Formats: sequence, C-alpha cells, structure tokens
Amino acid sequence: MRLITVAGPPSSGKTAIICKTVEALQAVGTSVGVIKFDCLSSGDQVTYERRGIPARTGLSGNLCPDHFYVSNIEECLDWGLQSGFDLLISESAGLCNRCAPHIKDICAVCVIDNLSGVETPRKIGPMLKMADIVVITKGDIVSQAEREVFVHRIRQVNSSAIIIHVNGLTGQGGHELGRLLKDAATVETLQGKLLRFSMPAALCSYCLGQRRIGADFQMGNVKKMELG
Amino acid sequence: MENHFADMTLTRLFGEHPHAREFFLAIGLSELPEELPLAAAVAALDEELLLDVGVERQDLLRQFCDYMAGMEQLRNQQQAMVASVTVLGGHDKSGNPENFRLELRPGEVTCIVGPTGSGKSRFLADIEWLAQGDSPTGRTVLINGAAPDLARRYAVEQKLVAQLSQNMNFVMDLSAEEFIRLHAESRMVADPAAITATILELANSLAGEQFTPVTPVTALSGGQSRALMIADVACLSSSPIVLIDEIENAGIDRKRALSLLADQDKIVLMATHDPILALMGQQRLIFKNGGVAAIRSTSPAERANLTLFEEMDARLTAVRHALRNGEEIAGGF
Repeated sequence: MRLITVAGPPSSGKTAIICKTVEALQAVGTSVGVIKFDCLSSGDQVTYERRGIPARTGLSGNLCPDHFYVSNIEECLDWGLQSGFDLLISESAGLCNRCAPHIKDICAVCVIDNLSGVETPRKIGPMLKMADIVVITKGDIVSQAEREVFVHRIRQVNSSAIIIHVNGLTGQGGHELGRLLKDAATVETLQGKLLRFSMPAALCSYCLGQRRIGADFQMGNVKKMELG
Repeated sequence: MENHFADMTLTRLFGEHPHAREFFLAIGLSELPEELPLAAAVAALDEELLLDVGVERQDLLRQFCDYMAGMEQLRNQQQAMVASVTVLGGHDKSGNPENFRLELRPGEVTCIVGPTGSGKSRFLADIEWLAQGDSPTGRTVLINGAAPDLARRYAVEQKLVAQLSQNMNFVMDLSAEEFIRLHAESRMVADPAAITATILELANSLAGEQFTPVTPVTALSGGQSRALMIADVACLSSSPIVLIDEIENAGIDRKRALSLLADQDKIVLMATHDPILALMGQQRLIFKNGGVAAIRSTSPAERANLTLFEEMDARLTAVRHALRNGEEIAGGF
C-alpha cells in the first residue's frame, strides 16, 4: 500500500482536493482510504463517506494535534493494510505552521491557497519546506500575476518540490495530482521510520494545564520575546 | 556548483546576486554574518534558530544551490519558442470520436463556445497536461508538431497556459506600480522598472478611465483591473497560451486588448458568448457533451456582421455615456 501525508493550513482546501483526486483515482480502479486528523470536531468523515471514500477520524482534543498524529499513524497504516487499500491518505492541519506530519520516504503533500497572500509561504515551516508536492488551491479567483508570484515565493522556501494547481471546486488538476500519488513509494510498516523534522518542543507548565499568567507559573521550556 | 557559492562571502554573494538574500529572508534567516563565506556562515548558525525556522543545516546549502540554479534558469529562459500547439481529437463523454486536428498558432484568437459542462475546461486541462491519449478525453497534444517532453507536465515555471477570468481579483494590498514590479522581479526580468512602466502605460491605454501608478490594485475598477491583468499577462507571463473567460463590456477597449495579446505572440483562447468577441476570433470551437462537436472559421459573412454589431455596440455605448451624464435618452443614438 502507498501512504501519502497531506497537510496544510486550516481551510486551505485539503478535503476538497483529496475528494477530487480520489474521484479521479477511483475512476481508474484505485481503492483509496482517508484518515482525517482534526482537533475538536470534524464533519469530513461524512463528506468522504458520502463520496464512497472509506474514512476514519482522529480528534486530538486536549493534546497537541501533531503529537497525537504521530502517536497514531502506525495503527492507521494497519487499518489501511487490513482494508486492502491501494492508497491511504492521512489529512491533517498544520495548526501552528511549525508542525509537519511528513515522514522520510513517505510521499508528502502540502496544500496552500492563493487567497492566503504571498507572504504565507514564508510563514509555513517544514510542512511546506519539506514537502515533495505542493498543491496550490483557489487560483481561479486571483490574478495570473499573483499566481506566478505565489509560485515564486514557494520556490524560495522549497526548491525541489513539484508545484501543482488544483481547483477544489471543479476538480481541475485532480487527475494530474492523482497520477503523482499513484507513483508514491509503498510501505508495509512505519516502525522505526523518521519524521522529516522534529515537532515543536512543547514541555512547559502550560502544556500540563497551567492557566495562571505570570513568571512564577512558567516552568520548563519557556522562551521570551525580545521587545528591544 | 556547491563549492562555487560555498567559498564566497555573503557580502559578495548578496552583492552579485540580490535574489540570494531573498532566499535566506524567505526561510526566516535575516541576521547572517555577512563577512563570512557562505559555508562558514551556515556552519555558524545557531542550532536553536534552525529548529525555530524548521530547516536542517545539512540541507541548507543544497537547497540554496537548487534555488540559485532555478533562478538562473528562469533568467535565461528564452521560453523555448512555441510555434504551434496541435490538438488531436479524442472522444466525447459518450465515447463518440471527435475526429479533428486543430492547430493553434501565436497571434491567433480562437473562441470556445458551448453550454456549462460541455467540456470547455477539460479541453484547456488537456492542453495544460500535454495529454498523450492519457486524459479522460483521450486527446493528444503536440508542441511544434511533435510529442512534447513529458517532464514539462509538472514544471510549474514552464506552464503553458496563463488564465484571465471575470472571477479573478487582486488580493494583494499594493499599489499598481509595486504590484507589477513584484511580478517582474519574480520573473527575473533584466529591467523591472522599464517593463513596469510599459505595462502601466498599456493598461491605461486599454482602460476607459485612467489610473495612476500609486493607485492600490484593490481600488481599481472592474475595467481597470482587467486592463492591468491583460497588459501584465501580455508582457510578463511566460506562458505562450492565454485563456480568457469573457471580457466584460464596460470600461475596457476589448479589441485593443485582444490585439495586444496577439501582438505579443500569445496563442489566445477565449471562452465567450459575446457576439462581438466571438466573431473577433479567427475560428471557434463548438463544445457539446464533453467533446468538440465542430470547428468553425469566422466566415466573410460573419465578419460583415461583426462590423454591424460593432456599430450597434457603439450606439449602446453612446447611450450609456449619455445616461452617465444625466442626459435625456431621446432622439438619434
């Protein structure tokens, strides 16, 4: 089975482009399952199942979403293997822009939208910088000039990724993205595999439930701004 | 390649290649010891900082060299001349063969007509994808009469089709001049200031009402926006094909807009049901049920009608002017 990690900022169109791409893949007889990682709630499992795409949801709730993801992805892979899929897609939102679910030797996709502005590529960390494929959405509502500048800005932070435009509404580009995903590497186990980049350090008193503000209550990994 | 940059001091590197600095800024490394050679500067970067911005030290040099090579390629890119794009028919949604061979050449305007869902977008997608009988329509696309290098399919810097549609807006908060300049710089053109001035002048010659270089792009009227987008695509986009989805009738000289694109040797494809625009093309493709049902050249009789329609349009425009000026709409228009 092939595994694909799809990540991108909230509302960038991940679910829409996965739906359109899976539609194109199913049309040529590829069976695909989706694991959706979210924080508080997600209606996307229904969205997927309505389109005949088997899906499971993981809600991280009180936990850091990407740490939750990495603690569960192995079991998700097993679910995919048992279900007999040709391809399993994990979908997660990079909520602090510094997280990345991408795993070495596993096809990594980042979804980013044209409407978020040309500064956005600079604001996203390893999720974008270490992706193999960057999918740009919502290109149909901004000017050609902005699309080209956006691509250039992505190139500045990721010089080797394949950059592709997909329209989440019409599905244009979904067929082409599907072709790329079909060439992803196969994987039988994630045991011992490495994340492409470390996840943000999060071990301070606030991780443990502290709510009170003030220096006396800050312990562990605390970093201070320089305000000049 | 790697060694070539590695031994240069950053001061020299940034002096000779201003876009090199952009690379480090984009990644989030703004304070670098510029007196050091690149390799030493990278070696001296704080581990904590690298963790914060999310890059691996050992990848940084390679990424930088890839980026520089990409930019160099962009600068030297005499977009391999596209002298013709040929589309060989596949089949429609029911599997009926299309049986056509269509040649598109720079400077020609081809119109695309047909109801929603009739396959117009898929046709464009086939061209962009350089379909080789492997898209849902089974069409084949040739560049300069031959099967293209398929590596081009995923080379976003060499995209074949630039698009302009009525749904497109500017979302960047910049003045017209800053905006075009930003685009010019990202295209690595030799003289961004000169091309920016040319584009603003051309856009103003297309727009009914003038705008200045300091007008924010988000404050431009519909006609002005479209004029600026068209002038920009004509002069700065590297794509040899321009797809236009209608051009609104108000506030823009549509005939000049089309001839500007044609003069810049663009292959123009225009989806339109506007009688004047449709007849301005040399030919039109008629879409039905996901396929090209017919290809019609604009006939002499249609050209005669175009003249007639243009006269009618001029009369309506005069009425519009009169309305705007508060006149009574009576008498001969």
